[in-house]
Amino acid sequence: MNTFILLIFEFIKTGLFAVGGGLATIPFLNEMSIKYGWFTSDMLTTMIAVSESTPGAIGINMATYVGYHMFGIKGAIGTTLGLVFPSIVVITIIANMMEKFQDSKLVKDIFNGLKPAVIGLILAACMGIFISSLFNKDYSLKVSSVILLILLLFIQNKYKKIHPIFLISLAAIIGVVFKL
Amino acid sequence: MNLLLDLYLTWFKLGLFTFGGGYAMLPLIQREIIDNKKWATEEEVMNYYAIGQITPGIIAVNTATFIGYYKKGIIGGIIATLGVISPSLIIITLIADLINNFSELIIVQHALSGIKVAVTCLMLVAIKNLYKSNVKDKASLLIAISTFVLSYFTSISTTLLVVSAGVVGIVFTKLNLFRKDKS
Repeated sequence: MNTFILLIFEFIKTGLFAVGGGLATIPFLNEMSIKYGWFTSDMLTTMIAVSESTPGAIGINMATYVGYHMFGIKGAIGTTLGLVFPSIVVITIIANMMEKFQDSKLVKDIFNGLKPAVIGLILAACMGIFISSLFNKDYSLKVSSVILLILLLFIQNKYKKIHPIFLISLAAIIGVVFKL
Repeated sequence: MNLLLDLYLTWFKLGLFTFGGGYAMLPLIQREIIDNKKWATEEEVMNYYAIGQITPGIIAVNTATFIGYYKKGIIGGIIATLGVISPSLIIITLIADLINNFSELIIVQHALSGIKVAVTCLMLVAIKNLYKSNVKDKASLLIAISTFVLSYFTSISTTLLVVSAGVVGIVFTKLNLFRKDKS
């Protein structure tokens, strides 16, 4: 099979079977690297680091990078659209079904359990970023980061209307100026 | 403004300022989608996140598709999704050639250290707000804590946790353990 089509097919497959967010795509990329040798595991590690340090969903960033690496801009667009295609189809079907079942007693009961569970899941998923933002690799506390966190929490609490984008930009500037 | 263009631009903005994946997008969704545009309520967004956990694909894309679909049908879902993925496509393509050095650049590392602290701050506040509006009784608190502990400290799959929470929701409702005035 033509490599370009095979590549897009692999990303459609990843989009269809990677359940639970961007990081769930990593095992599939790993498999592609072993099966087809499209990229090395070193490159995969770099890709993860870059995806985490650039804006956007991590899975999308990785798809774009692999596609660009293989076939330039055409590849980047192909892999990214391939990855999101199954989501669009599946979610559209579910959204349509939810419209019909939103008044169902059973669905409401299920969501009574799901809503608090999602908060637990979000907290668990954020622990990684909490720890890496406030601790060094040897688990000692990054004092300057803790001070910045207290400052940001104070600003956020005092000016409730402050936009998250402003807070993110401010923290990036402070990071560069004070060499965090 | 044309609704489709508005959907595209709003999700473009969310994609551009999200660092660290779909969950980190939550504070921005609260501000832009819930408060400013009023395209969804907090409760609806929580439902989309729950469904995003057990359906294939990336949470950010799934949430964009949901909100786009309810605003403007299938084409709305597609446009919102294209909006949220466009910044990644542009940025990664632009930096792809220098990508091997990018994350080692000292200035990038410093900026990123700051950004991570901001994301921590925003997520703490977002989780606090979600907690206040969704956990109003001991039964909900028990579900939230158990899910956190099982998700963080064990390797039980998220799909299994979400499905179990749904079953627990049915059982607890039957046993009248949730506060009545809830939703």
